Amino acid sequence: MAGGTGGGKTIMATREFAAHEAHAHAAPQGFIRKWVFSLDHKVIGLQYYFLALTAVFVGMFLSLLMRIHLIWPNVHLPILGDIKPETYLTLLTMHGTIMVFFVLTTAPQGGFGNYFLPIQIGAADMAFPVLNMLSFWVTFLAFIAMLSAFFVAGGAPLHGWTGYPPLSALQSAGPGEGAGADLWVISIALFCLGALMSALNFITTTLDMRVKGMSMMRMPLTCWAWFITAILGLLAFGVLFSAGILLLLDRNAGTSFFVPLVVVNGQLAAHKGGSPLLWQHLFWFFGHPEVYIAILPAMGLCSQLVSVFSRKPIFGYKAMVYAMLSIGLLGFMVWGHHMFMSGMSPYTAFAFSIMTMAIGVPSAIKTFNWLGTMWGGRIRLASPMLFAIGFVSLFVSGGISGPFLAQPTLDIPLHDTAFVTGHFHLIMGVASIFGIFGATYYWFPKMFGRMMNESLARWHFWLTFVGTYCIFMPMHYAGMAGQPRRYSQFTELHYLEKLIPLNTFITFAAFVTIASQFFFIFNLFWSMKYGKKASDNPWEATTLEWTTATPPPHDNFGGHTPEVFHGPYEYSVPGAPRDYVMQTDPTTVAAH
Amino acid sequence: MASYTPTVSVDAPRTSTGGNGHLPPRRYDGDDFGPPSFDVRLRRARLGLVVGLTGIVMIFISFSSAYVVRQGLPTLDPRTNALLHDWFPVPLPRLLLVNTVVLLISSVTMELARRQAARRTLAQFSSVSGVTVCAKEEISWLALTVVLGLSFLTGQWMAWRELAAGGFYVGSSPSSSFVYLLTGMHGVHLFGGVVALLAAGVASVLGRRADSQSIAVDVTGWYWHFMAALWIYILCLLEFVH
Repeated sequence: MAGGTGGGKTIMATREFAAHEAHAHAAPQGFIRKWVFSLDHKVIGLQYYFLALTAVFVGMFLSLLMRIHLIWPNVHLPILGDIKPETYLTLLTMHGTIMVFFVLTTAPQGGFGNYFLPIQIGAADMAFPVLNMLSFWVTFLAFIAMLSAFFVAGGAPLHGWTGYPPLSALQSAGPGEGAGADLWVISIALFCLGALMSALNFITTTLDMRVKGMSMMRMPLTCWAWFITAILGLLAFGVLFSAGILLLLDRNAGTSFFVPLVVVNGQLAAHKGGSPLLWQHLFWFFGHPEVYIAILPAMGLCSQLVSVFSRKPIFGYKAMVYAMLSIGLLGFMVWGHHMFMSGMSPYTAFAFSIMTMAIGVPSAIKTFNWLGTMWGGRIRLASPMLFAIGFVSLFVSGGISGPFLAQPTLDIPLHDTAFVTGHFHLIMGVASIFGIFGATYYWFPKMFGRMMNESLARWHFWLTFVGTYCIFMPMHYAGMAGQPRRYSQFTELHYLEKLIPLNTFITFAAFVTIASQFFFIFNLFWSMKYGKKASDNPWEATTLEWTTATPPPHDNFGGHTPEVFHGPYEYSVPGAPRDYVMQTDPTTVAAH
Repeated sequence: MASYTPTVSVDAPRTSTGGNGHLPPRRYDGDDFGPPSFDVRLRRARLGLVVGLTGIVMIFISFSSAYVVRQGLPTLDPRTNALLHDWFPVPLPRLLLVNTVVLLISSVTMELARRQAARRTLAQFSSVSGVTVCAKEEISWLALTVVLGLSFLTGQWMAWRELAAGGFYVGSSPSSSFVYLLTGMHGVHLFGGVVALLAAGVASVLGRRADSQSIAVDVTGWYWHFMAALWIYILCLLEFVH
């Protein structure tokens, strides 16, 4: 047997054998291998980022059409023509789906996570680069499938981003429920596969590829956030994938997993005995963790920015880690609060309600720790910090209505109103978008080697910040006044007439906010070429990405392995020569 | 020229904000920025497999919960307006038992192939010093496993045909839907294993590095055993949970 001739020798030989490979993969030369089918996590991160950027403009355009239709229901748009009620539902469905999956899930995790997780833990790349490339291209395919739903016969589906059956399960249930809905389900299933592959990579990389000295408790909170998000993704996307397969079978193979005995257009459909509630359970078992998949990376980033720009260690590092872990854990126990209206035993509803309100505790811990970090700090109000503070503000404003909706008695009257639209847009939508903006302004110098224009960034921040509040705060009042959500038209309802001015205001606020995004887009592309040259560490931050060149070389650290001696947030350490101590700084200050 | 005078005394490394002064065990194996060694790559691949299997487990947990929930649901009879219990189990083809035996044998050959691949990797190094450590391997356990895996899949296909001949199609009844769903999903996953083994086999024919092939076979081996266990679980679910 091989082991008989000295195991130690064999292992040494194995190491020598492996040593001729300089890197997991060498730097590619051609354009295709470098920028299209790249194995480099940094390029893949950028691919995810620009995919999300494309998607966000599609999603934003759809929301603009919805806002126009709500105020002027009879307006005839150039090229697009009239917006019929079913068209409105299509816009709503595609807006929600594109934003949730291809923006909020894609940019913070796939984009920034891919780019910066390996660098921040000192690794040369992700654990499985080929899988990483595959996960991007599968996600890209999913996006193409989703967009092509607009162009097939019948158009895009109208069953909402939650895809409730029987509407989503029957081909004859409405326009767009034929080929369009099939493409929608296929796109979601593909997206799940991409997300699962990506989660696998993130978890393995975090656990196995940290450099010497980088203990779990020395990781930047961004890495913790990406790691926990990946765990949530691993457990949640498999469930959505299964639900998608069942839905596809119901739609095309004559099964009845989700479809009960139902009459469509006066005819008995060929299904019986299925349960629409089963879909809702499976969907929301994914759907609620998905909320945290969208927001956790932004939380990690906010912690990072608040500490860097307050020149103070993060207040309660361990509390932040445990809060994120408990948010992740509790996130799997609360899916029922999306279904109070669907029929549920009051006892079950009570349990879900208690668990949901319990999430307020770790959320509050995080909020207080962000404020505690800023308290007494020497705050530098650079654009990334503005967005971090904006994130905290939106997180509080959007989160405060959570405990309202967590209670079945309050949720039942509010559930189908604009109150819920306002709530989740503030906390899940815009807050996490602010995380993406903050991350862009913060890491742009590292990614592209140039600074973004600060004045444009400030204009962008203030207009977006005030604009989003003007859009989503009034929705809470409209909801309490009884304005239903998902209705294509409310101007002819007598009891809602008084809300027309408020809605007009919201629509105009949306115009301004959307227009102000061009400050961002212009700044992004202009600065890539003409921005001020950035130094390697323009923000005077401590984490590993700021120790390497700008932009980082193919193997991230130019042929040497960094070693870590410090935690990620050593700012204003007494006795230190500067007000920050790099994580890799081997000369260390006296302990006392 | 101003000279830099350190104003702080340098003591033992101070570690703070997390870590409590303990340096973690060294995980990254490269002495410098070299490539990960064989044992690191093997460990990493196995870790990746465990994480991946967790995702697969979640897929089958969802199907199982749907299976249990659907059994308890009544359905409305439009003629009598009464709620009926419409779940009646599908008689499973006996062929499934034969397939099970085939799959279990393939799990054994897979294990032999896994060990064989590991031995070959080690043999490659010992040949450097001119010492032959293992006798020439006669049986390709890998090829045998692929054949057995494909036989299992063919057997499953025949079982489907038998079900269809008995009048049970995908949409015929709730329980037959689940039989097709669970066997089909398992089959797709096992087919993935077959493809991985074929890729590893082709890689060895093309003269790719033996240690990479060994890692691929090792990981696919554990995956294969998991698929065998999953099949037993599915069979028990279909046979005993009514």
